Amino acid sequence: MKNKLYLIPLIFIFVTSCSESINPVDSGLENQIYHHGNGSEPQGIDPHIVTGVPEHHILISLCEGLTIPNPNPNDMNGYMAGTAESWTISDDGKEYIFNINKNAKWSNGEPVTADDFVWSWKRILTASLGSQYPDMLYYLVGAYEYHNGLIADFDQVGVKSVDKHTLKVNLKNPTPFFLGLLSHYSTWPVHKDTVLKFGDIDDRNGEWTRPGNFVCNGPFQLKTWELNNKIVVEKNPHYYDASIVRLNEIHYYPVSNVMTEDRMFRAGQLHLTSTLPSQKCPIYIEENPNLRIDPYMGTYFYRINTENEVLKDVKVRKALAYSIDRQLLVDKVTKCGQIPAYSFTPPGSNGYQPNTEIPFDPILAKLLLEEAGFSEQNPFPKLEILFNTNEDHRKLALAVQQMWQINLGIEVELVNQDWKVYLNREMIGDFQISRAGWIGDYEDPNTFLDLMRPNRGNNKTGWENMEYDALVEKANTINNQAERYELLYQAEKILIENMPVIPLYTYVRAYQLSPDVKGFSPHILDHHHPKFIYLERD
Amino acid sequence: MISIFFKRILLAIPVLFAVASITFFLIKIAPGGPFDADRAVSPQVLKNLNETYNLDASNWEQYLDYMSGLMQGDLGPSFRFPGRSVTEMIATGLPVTFELAFYAILIALLMGVFSGVLAALKRNTVLDFIPMAIAMIGICVPTFLMGPLLVLIFGINLELLPVSGWGQLPGDKILPSITLGFAYAAYIARLSRGGMLEVLNQDFIRTARAKGLTERMVVIKHAMQGGLIPVVSFLGPAIAGLLAGSFVVETIFQIPGLGRFYVEAAFNRDYTMILGTTIFFSAMIVFFNLMSDLAALWLNPRSRDAS
Amino acid sequence: MNNNSLWSDAIYRLSRNKAAMLGGLILIMLIILAALAPWIAPYSYSFQDLNLGASPPSADHLLGTDILGRDLLSRILYGARISLLVGFVATGVALVIGVTWGIVAGYIGGRVDSIMMRIVDVLYGLPFIIFIILLMVIFGRNLWLLFGAIGAVEWLTMARIVRGQVIGLKNQEFVMAARAMGVSNLSMFRKHLLPNILGPIAVYATLTIPQVMLLEGFLSFLGLGIQPPMSSWGTLIKDGVESMEEYSWLLIYPGITFTITLFALNFFGDGLRDALDPKTSDN
Repeated sequence: MKNKLYLIPLIFIFVTSCSESINPVDSGLENQIYHHGNGSEPQGIDPHIVTGVPEHHILISLCEGLTIPNPNPNDMNGYMAGTAESWTISDDGKEYIFNINKNAKWSNGEPVTADDFVWSWKRILTASLGSQYPDMLYYLVGAYEYHNGLIADFDQVGVKSVDKHTLKVNLKNPTPFFLGLLSHYSTWPVHKDTVLKFGDIDDRNGEWTRPGNFVCNGPFQLKTWELNNKIVVEKNPHYYDASIVRLNEIHYYPVSNVMTEDRMFRAGQLHLTSTLPSQKCPIYIEENPNLRIDPYMGTYFYRINTENEVLKDVKVRKALAYSIDRQLLVDKVTKCGQIPAYSFTPPGSNGYQPNTEIPFDPILAKLLLEEAGFSEQNPFPKLEILFNTNEDHRKLALAVQQMWQINLGIEVELVNQDWKVYLNREMIGDFQISRAGWIGDYEDPNTFLDLMRPNRGNNKTGWENMEYDALVEKANTINNQAERYELLYQAEKILIENMPVIPLYTYVRAYQLSPDVKGFSPHILDHHHPKFIYLERD
Repeated sequence: MISIFFKRILLAIPVLFAVASITFFLIKIAPGGPFDADRAVSPQVLKNLNETYNLDASNWEQYLDYMSGLMQGDLGPSFRFPGRSVTEMIATGLPVTFELAFYAILIALLMGVFSGVLAALKRNTVLDFIPMAIAMIGICVPTFLMGPLLVLIFGINLELLPVSGWGQLPGDKILPSITLGFAYAAYIARLSRGGMLEVLNQDFIRTARAKGLTERMVVIKHAMQGGLIPVVSFLGPAIAGLLAGSFVVETIFQIPGLGRFYVEAAFNRDYTMILGTTIFFSAMIVFFNLMSDLAALWLNPRSRDAS
Repeated sequence: MNNNSLWSDAIYRLSRNKAAMLGGLILIMLIILAALAPWIAPYSYSFQDLNLGASPPSADHLLGTDILGRDLLSRILYGARISLLVGFVATGVALVIGVTWGIVAGYIGGRVDSIMMRIVDVLYGLPFIIFIILLMVIFGRNLWLLFGAIGAVEWLTMARIVRGQVIGLKNQEFVMAARAMGVSNLSMFRKHLLPNILGPIAVYATLTIPQVMLLEGFLSFLGLGIQPPMSSWGTLIKDGVESMEEYSWLLIYPGITFTITLFALNFFGDGLRDALDPKTSDN
């Protein structure tokens, strides 16, 4: 009797479930439906409002900027034609003329024009919209001034439509990474009439992003959107390159639990995972052919509060940095192919090779600490490492705790806080050492070095060095890449000499990819344009 | 009983009002705001955002503003998800969470009451020990272990059932329902065994037996009525807890329910979403507590005159 | 019948119950092991051998090591201190508040009952995560705060269960008779109400202890409660679940310890309940 009773709900559940029965990866192969694990529920899909990686994965299929990321990892040039089929750059590097592809169309069939870009950039620079990425366009003449209300006339901003298919952009300085910025979603166009149909230019909450309303110019268009469940995009027939798009649909799953995502992949429910449970990495490296580990332009580091009584001495900061065995950390703690970091900017991206060194030298470290006035008689006070609640941050902090304890005799306390409290404490400077990470927004060392300039909101260390500031500032006015890097190397050196941050390791992108997925190549910023991706079984 | 029902529904208003007010000020004290991000925004942008969402007004003004909206049934826009209203988000998660909770409670009651009552009747026999040992294991094995274990066995090794989703693939509702139901089944089994043992010793049961009623009649007509009162008292908060606490199961199985919104809103400081879901869950708690109180009254006629 | 004979009767009955005695013995042993942890643990709970990493049980490490190369046996022994403490203290807090609240509300009834139970409804409704975040921000990491936070949540259901029971008892003949005889409220609680609701209370308490121990693991992860590198069973099990496929021993040994403890507790709790039950003495 017990067994029968127990079956009733089960039968009920069976009956109410739907009736297809083949795993999604296999059926996806037939129908060219790509199942994409996508981290967390996107905040939205308005490219001028959202921030974050899951949003990027979806937007790259829905909208397209002037350039797109190059899928070929060996191409140092980084970017290729997107909605702009070609462009010319003036000799001083300050004026760009973009020729917009004459076949470029919105997903409703209307042509994409130069005016669309002008209006879209006006939108993101409209202060009342509250976009979080207006600074991506601050390189334009007048953009900062317009956004901050210093000028009211958008005609004074350096973006103009010369004619329907020609866009002219004027920059304050030669900005060698400007083309790279254009593959960031904050610079992508939105469809003016659609946006205005559902609200004003500065309306954050307009419903134009809903399925049925949404219009954009990417290779795919929005089909359905079920909150916390999945977003489905389908091939956009009006896309100028529609003939080479082979996928019919992409299904994005907001799987916030990495263990769940791993199991979904193993059960054939996903082609691609957004990440990997870190404890699985060392085992997968040995036995899982679906594991991919790609270089990634990001640095994991510890911020030091240089305004703290004991940490304002650079000798103490160096002692802390020199007593960490980075090789041991990546080999035995993170264990997923991460690279020990000896500079703040990850080396290698776009030919940038800083020559800074951070030795692992406990004896020197101990000596530095003594020089700073700490000894057995005057022991170093207890130190706190602040980090946001996360198992991987905890593990790393535990290892560092032991290294500092053994090598320097410093007592270390670990303090974890929930994400928002952690951000708040960092912002108001209520910390000693704080865990941090930074991923490049575009492929240039400036995305890192700019961070540590005085008055930058993300500096957060209280460290101000005018020589450093001047070097980074000056580098951005130079058109010659080699000369420019020379200045940035000097800046990098100053940064490492002063050690307001302790770089620990360079990130990698570790994820699982089904062997059916073709045309998916590693990308240093993890941008993968879906028009090159297709499914095929060997 | 009907008058008690209406009286309690009226009393729910001050309860919900208190919950909303306390929560409002609690989240204002909590450090960190909805727009803090690791890529810190410029003060200018932050000011614009705060103006847009009326966060630059004083707490008191914001409170009055929110409350007057609430009176008209307006829970406001979500801060985290621009363009979405809290009402809309609750409405999308609700049916899923209700369905999951319904299956789970069904499983829990069927398994729990049956094995608990049986164990009490066959006290100190195999029929007592085995279900109770299983129940103990059910209590020891937390949901966050039970879920992955079931998935690894049935989803990955045996390839019988999908490992995630809700209404996406055939059979994907089975594992989450069992995972959530099993945890509560264990509790209900223990509680109903305890309650039954209490009652079976009491005089009126002996009287009933002495009157020559069959054991089945004694158990169903008399003993279960009193013996299940602890279960019924537990059920009110349990159902409410099941709705709010389905977060773990929803996360493990990638289910688009309300529990995830509730917990994630707290971590994201999505003020309106925290308030909206909290008020909603409080209403559920009040309602199910009321239902369980009424059920207890109905099961225990002698306490009726007391209320 | 005086109180002394009631207690000695109970102890006598308890001592005749083999399962209960075994359970009690195991509990006492666990408490002793936990107390002696600093002297008997083979390693420090915090010492990392990064080069060793996660290793299965061996002669050097009887129960293996975790991902950072820390000795699991030592961490279980130290963890017992926190977990037993939190299990008993937090459950105790919940019991005292919940039982008192439930008896008072149920027995007095009327408007007092209504107000008291609406307060319970309000407390149920408040968002727990925000509550935890606030506690952490205001007070920082603190073990006693952890007990308080857990107790503050767990007593609510206890109060509801007890109140339901008391309302059921209130109108039974022996309670009415006692009331007619003018028995004071206090001795009414102690002599008539409490003994009769002991069963459900004991059951619910044994259900609460494991829940509290696991909740501690979650709260410690969030940052309230114990401070890393200290260990507790809750945190060990939580970590074990995450790597159960790769390093199964990290889940199995803490899991076995946890389960044995709960079984022991349960046998002992059941025995105690039977021994204290005023009705069983008639049998």
